[in-house]
Amino acid sequence: MATRDAVAALQERFPELDLAPRPLVTYADGRASDQLWVRVPAERLVEVCRFLRDDPRTRFEQLCDLTCLDYLNFPGATDRFGVIYSLLSLTHNHRLWLKVFVNDPDPAVPSVTGIWRGAEWPEREVYDMFGIRFTGHPDLRRILMPQNFTAYPLRKDYPLTGRGEREDFAVVTRDSA
Amino acid sequence: MPVSYDLMKPTTLTREEGAEDRWTLNFGPQHPATHTTLRLVLELDGERVVDVTPDIGFLHSGFEKLGEHLDYNQYVVVVERMNYVSPINNDLSWHAAVEKLFGIEVTPRCKAIRTILGELGRIQDHLLNIGCSGLDLGGFTAFLYGFNEREQIYDLIEQISGSRFHPSYTRVGGLAQDVPPGWTDRVLDFVRNRLPPALRDVETLLLRNRIFIERTKGIGVISRDDAINWSLTGPVARASGVRRDLRKDEPYWCFADNWDGRGAPAVPFKVPIATGGDVYARFLVRLEEIRQSCAIIEQVVRMLPDGPINAAPDAQVTLPNKKEIYFSIEGLIHHFEKIMSNRGFRPPVGEAYGATETANGEQGFYVASDGGRTPYRARCRPPSFMNYQVFPQLLRGHQISDVPAVLNSLNIIAAELDR
Repeated sequence: MATRDAVAALQERFPELDLAPRPLVTYADGRASDQLWVRVPAERLVEVCRFLRDDPRTRFEQLCDLTCLDYLNFPGATDRFGVIYSLLSLTHNHRLWLKVFVNDPDPAVPSVTGIWRGAEWPEREVYDMFGIRFTGHPDLRRILMPQNFTAYPLRKDYPLTGRGEREDFAVVTRDSA
Repeated sequence: MPVSYDLMKPTTLTREEGAEDRWTLNFGPQHPATHTTLRLVLELDGERVVDVTPDIGFLHSGFEKLGEHLDYNQYVVVVERMNYVSPINNDLSWHAAVEKLFGIEVTPRCKAIRTILGELGRIQDHLLNIGCSGLDLGGFTAFLYGFNEREQIYDLIEQISGSRFHPSYTRVGGLAQDVPPGWTDRVLDFVRNRLPPALRDVETLLLRNRIFIERTKGIGVISRDDAINWSLTGPVARASGVRRDLRKDEPYWCFADNWDGRGAPAVPFKVPIATGGDVYARFLVRLEEIRQSCAIIEQVVRMLPDGPINAAPDAQVTLPNKKEIYFSIEGLIHHFEKIMSNRGFRPPVGEAYGATETANGEQGFYVASDGGRTPYRARCRPPSFMNYQVFPQLLRGHQISDVPAVLNSLNIIAAELDR
């Protein structure tokens, strides 16, 4: 079963949403990539994900990856952040990408940890690196950066060098630890 | 229950009057049994593990941020520092994803060489892992047998790229250079004559060793459904009965039918699956995967096609070979056009995901491009990171001496975990 059938099933279930599948990239010669993505509004995300996991026509049992893109100054982009869910169906052997767009201030997305347990750490990583809050996450803490780090280093307005460097942190001694 | 940040600080091992008799033990980040730099805070009831909180990020070096500032060829030097146990696999995954973004199909010879290298990387990784599964339980010898043969793979990698450890061998649309004459014979000699005796030695030491079996069977069990739900891939998932291998399910290079454009069938091999879901099952799956990789290498070497290693030499993406650069003015100009920061080649605006089956599981890259010289975002889907989050689940209720055994069976590489 092709990904398009899964998207058709999704559109049938949620007729009120604009769930048109789009290719991730279109090449210079006009060919389109066979990797498709669908835009999902944040407030309907959990509902959509639950359907995609459980419906026999879609059966996306695994969350392959969860990441985020900061679309600041990206050509043609209207929203700041896109949280990207990479879904994988082992039953039908197809993939689908979901994008949830959120904006400043206080970008927040509902957590999908209740659907795929494997979302726990990737959501923490996105929170750590982009500052996107996942509401309903069981343990939303920074995961890679130190707990007292204040910025979000993978945002596009965070420079490669010059901020948050090792020299800026207080030295922890045995007595102060 | 999540441990609060205060608990992550080293504290004195005391307990309040009347409270449950539990100890907090700090394990790592500098501890020989963690193999790499990672830290666990264990909550113990006697010797029984009640809860584990992994604390990661010690090796975080901003690889993904660096990727946004290096071009598509330069970044390969950084990605191969992720899983440094099998560096070549990182190169291959990165350029598989980039080629998906550019819409390039590599040449048959390049596909075949990449397939051989990918399997050598898998053998390299698994040899260390199955060796360590003995080491962590107190059997040092198996580790040495495994490590000895890894040395042979380093030599093979050195012969193609000049460096033993970090080859930086792939380029967009091809490879840095062709393999030297006689290299394939040495690869064949390795998989036919060198590796099988070493594998037999490891097997004789561990496979039916009563101590080894008692310490690994039924330890760290995860069911098939849980493995899928927790995003596990690779040998860890396959040891729980998940039938999934990208080489079969989303075939690439020589694993796809008609890979040479002249009707060659996909390279036949078997995907080992176990149903135990425990540490022993993962050991068995890895052991068998090494054998299958040897079979793949033998077949691919036998039908290695001649021809160019770089896709479409007049296309804008591939670098000219060094001979042209050093001995002709056109080649030099061509080279400068590619590598100078105000020239270079441009991908289409868009995003792409490409993944290969590495020793640890699905290693993929989500590459986004705004049409510039460097990626807009170079996200890595690190199998170690996705596999490690299930660790507390696997360990609850086991003895403290099972911690290294389970940790090793997941094959966590901290540099890939933290990037």
